[in-house]
Amino acid sequence: MEETIRFELNGKNEEVLLDPELALLWVLRERFGLTGTKYGCGVGFCGACTVMVDNEPLRSCSVPVGDVAGKKILTIEGLANDGNLHPLQDAFMKHDALQCGYCTPGMIMNAYGLLLKNPEPSRQEIVVGMENNLCRCGAHARIIDAVESAAHEMKGGK
Amino acid sequence: MKTKGLTRRGFFKLFGGGIFIFFSTWDAMKLLALQPQTRRTLPTDYNAFLRIGEDGMVSGFTGKIEMGQGPVTSLVQMLADELDVAYDKVKMIMGDTDLCPWDMGTFGSLTTRVFGPPFRAAAAEAKAALLMLGSEKLGVPVSQLEVKEGIIMDTLDRNKQVSYATLAKGKKIERYLDTKPPVKDFRDFRIMGKSYLRQDALLKVTGQAKYAGDFHMPGMLYARILRPPSHGAKLVSADTSAAEKIEGIIVVRDGDLVAVLHELPDKAAEALVKVKGEYRFTEKEVDDKSIFGYLLKSAPEPYIVVEAGNLDTGRSLSRTIVESEFYNSYVAHAPMEPHTALAYMEGDRMILRASTQTPFPAQEAVAQALGMPLEKVRVITPFVGGGFGGKSVNPQMIEAARLAKLAGKPVMVAWTRQEEFFYDSFRPAAVVKVTSGIDEAGRINLWDYRVYFAGERGSDTIYDVPHSRTTSYGRGWTAPEVHPFATGPWRAPGNNTNTFARESQIDVLAVRAGMDPLEFRLKNLKDERMIAVLKAVADKFGWTPAKGPSGRGYGIACGTDAGTWVAHMAEVKVDPTTGHVRVVRVACAQDMGLCINPEGAVIQMEGCITMGLGYALTEEIQFTGGKIHNRNFDSYTLPRFSWVPKIETVILDQHDQPAQGGGEPAIICMGGLLANAIFDATGARMYQLPMTPERLLDALKKV
Ligand code: FES
Ligand code: FES
Repeated sequence: MEETIRFELNGKNEEVLLDPELALLWVLRERFGLTGTKYGCGVGFCGACTVMVDNEPLRSCSVPVGDVAGKKILTIEGLANDGNLHPLQDAFMKHDALQCGYCTPGMIMNAYGLLLKNPEPSRQEIVVGMENNLCRCGAHARIIDAVESAAHEMKGGK
Repeated sequence: MKTKGLTRRGFFKLFGGGIFIFFSTWDAMKLLALQPQTRRTLPTDYNAFLRIGEDGMVSGFTGKIEMGQGPVTSLVQMLADELDVAYDKVKMIMGDTDLCPWDMGTFGSLTTRVFGPPFRAAAAEAKAALLMLGSEKLGVPVSQLEVKEGIIMDTLDRNKQVSYATLAKGKKIERYLDTKPPVKDFRDFRIMGKSYLRQDALLKVTGQAKYAGDFHMPGMLYARILRPPSHGAKLVSADTSAAEKIEGIIVVRDGDLVAVLHELPDKAAEALVKVKGEYRFTEKEVDDKSIFGYLLKSAPEPYIVVEAGNLDTGRSLSRTIVESEFYNSYVAHAPMEPHTALAYMEGDRMILRASTQTPFPAQEAVAQALGMPLEKVRVITPFVGGGFGGKSVNPQMIEAARLAKLAGKPVMVAWTRQEEFFYDSFRPAAVVKVTSGIDEAGRINLWDYRVYFAGERGSDTIYDVPHSRTTSYGRGWTAPEVHPFATGPWRAPGNNTNTFARESQIDVLAVRAGMDPLEFRLKNLKDERMIAVLKAVADKFGWTPAKGPSGRGYGIACGTDAGTWVAHMAEVKVDPTTGHVRVVRVACAQDMGLCINPEGAVIQMEGCITMGLGYALTEEIQFTGGKIHNRNFDSYTLPRFSWVPKIETVILDQHDQPAQGGGEPAIICMGGLLANAIFDATGARMYQLPMTPERLLDALKKV
């Protein structure tokens, strides 16, 4: 059954008529054309589909869109501010923390959630916080460097 | 003349004016021992070109694709440097069968090594042509001219200048490169040999980079396809009546192909659950436990890869003879982006946007499957989310094209992770048998090496052995009559298996000789470049000699791949109660000739080392007959953040040597490296990959 669902998406209020059981991942990609959020496994194992929902990094492949009614969603496309890259995006570029780039949006969003909770993580805390995001190209070491340097950059409440 | 892709007539129409240099890379290609399935009659004129546009922008056109390995950056560096234009004035147009000339595909670390030199030569030719034009225009002899950032100027009167853009304007100049113009000496490099940030990074960190699944078209439908429960199962009948009742669902049937289409992927998935298929089973009777015996029994006629001296003589000269058998399992490619293709008709042409490593062979395959003439099929390759060899095979493209034709609408086939794990062309399971002998002085006199089903890449001993023979049972990575499912090339095909076997055996010999494993290798090597990378890695790692097992958990392995020499050292910690291995650090040295983009090369080395932890320690396809048991990342374990060791890399400075491959070599040692380190830590010798805790605990019992 379709329902009217309202949420805030990348700072804008949205209202859609949808089956609330549809996965948020596909709603973002199909209805809103936000294809930066990727499918990697469909069941919560890889993190390629990570987005922020009310300041929590969630795996959008496993979240029914009905569950985000009234909530704030942030995707990779909403991260840059007025064309200014977020320090995480900057750091991923500077550290070459990507190869094929398919895992990258999920990595950045997960790291965003991590830094929100813990703005000054140790390397070990970064490793633990990123552990369940998969990258097949083996960019891990640089991703950790990037998150660490973004955390550094963001100190002072950017 | 069988040139596929853009014809000469077509290009002016498409691109307008400018200066075009056409060139061919086939001579280099022909030298390579290609797999039979990629061999074909090659076009005789050109397979790449570059264009100086009327706006002064330089574009390089190639059928290669970008899947993370970085040619987007390294090819641009070559063009910009040779032409003396700024790095950001050059772009690559890749993997489009309409715009680019025919190319067999992106694999084998060929892009830089085989494609690079002619690309550089073409750029040098373009520069020569531009200098001629500039000389006419300025009335100054070429010898008196100089180029900076795309501006030609008189060295005696710097006010006399003309830009590439001005010279290209209104021109239609085409040149064919048959003699090789001199390319720059490395001392004159401005851009090559330096590190550049990836050209695609901004798109990738903002979510703007488009992969095949990110395209959308009006009326586009997602397909979910009825799949058999196992390989070897044949569809007898399918009941689609329940699925047909779902609103918005279109059911398509064409022989074995049964699919449900819907504009939303979730809805298509829901409908597929309601489709019931009946199957007939004719599976092979084998599983992941019995596979090695099965492979040995099914071995095809062998052939000799290389031979020297006489094995009997070698035997008689040996004091100690060691016979070993090594095994490795089927391994998945598991790129984060599953195989994906969007197909749609444009007039009478079939257009595909697809994640593929082989756009041109895929174009042929689609044309053939649809019975369409080749020119009526166009393949466009967007960013590819990882390939590792797995996207050299593209059944999803044929599926999408067939369905788009039948439905008369754009169709997206995006394999689920389960489908990816089922239809992947796995790295073949393989067996290696080695008999080798040493004399009193620790010299290897005998080396009898037999490899089953991995192929010959990396099988030749790199050591200096007077009496040796390398035999291969099976050619390359496929043997459809033997394997229970598809197999194919996997990053450095064959070499991971061969280097694991060889380097493990060498370590066993070193122990029997009572020597430090580095010293033993150096003693038995003549290859200067191999010796140099071993010394470089030992230096970086801080290796101190000791007989194994020293208890320190130090391992060593070396080899060659794609023209590159590579050596690794590692330190591991083994938990004897759980069998868990933690890799503390890995050092790697590489001699890859001229290194075009050192940063890019280091990234590839780190990527290889990290990815290689997987096939060494955990990755393995478990199966019964044609049934695959690992269908997602819960049961197939990829390397994770916490596994990543401290990685140190060295690239030997060899800028006067031809550039070699960099996307694969550093992965080949990982099996042997960690096996040797585990031995050094525990005294347990591992003969099978992956070295799971269970297998390690078993081996520990035998110590
Ligand atoms: S696609 Fe959502 S976790 Fe993998
Ligand atoms: S960069 Fe390719 S999967 Fe992470």
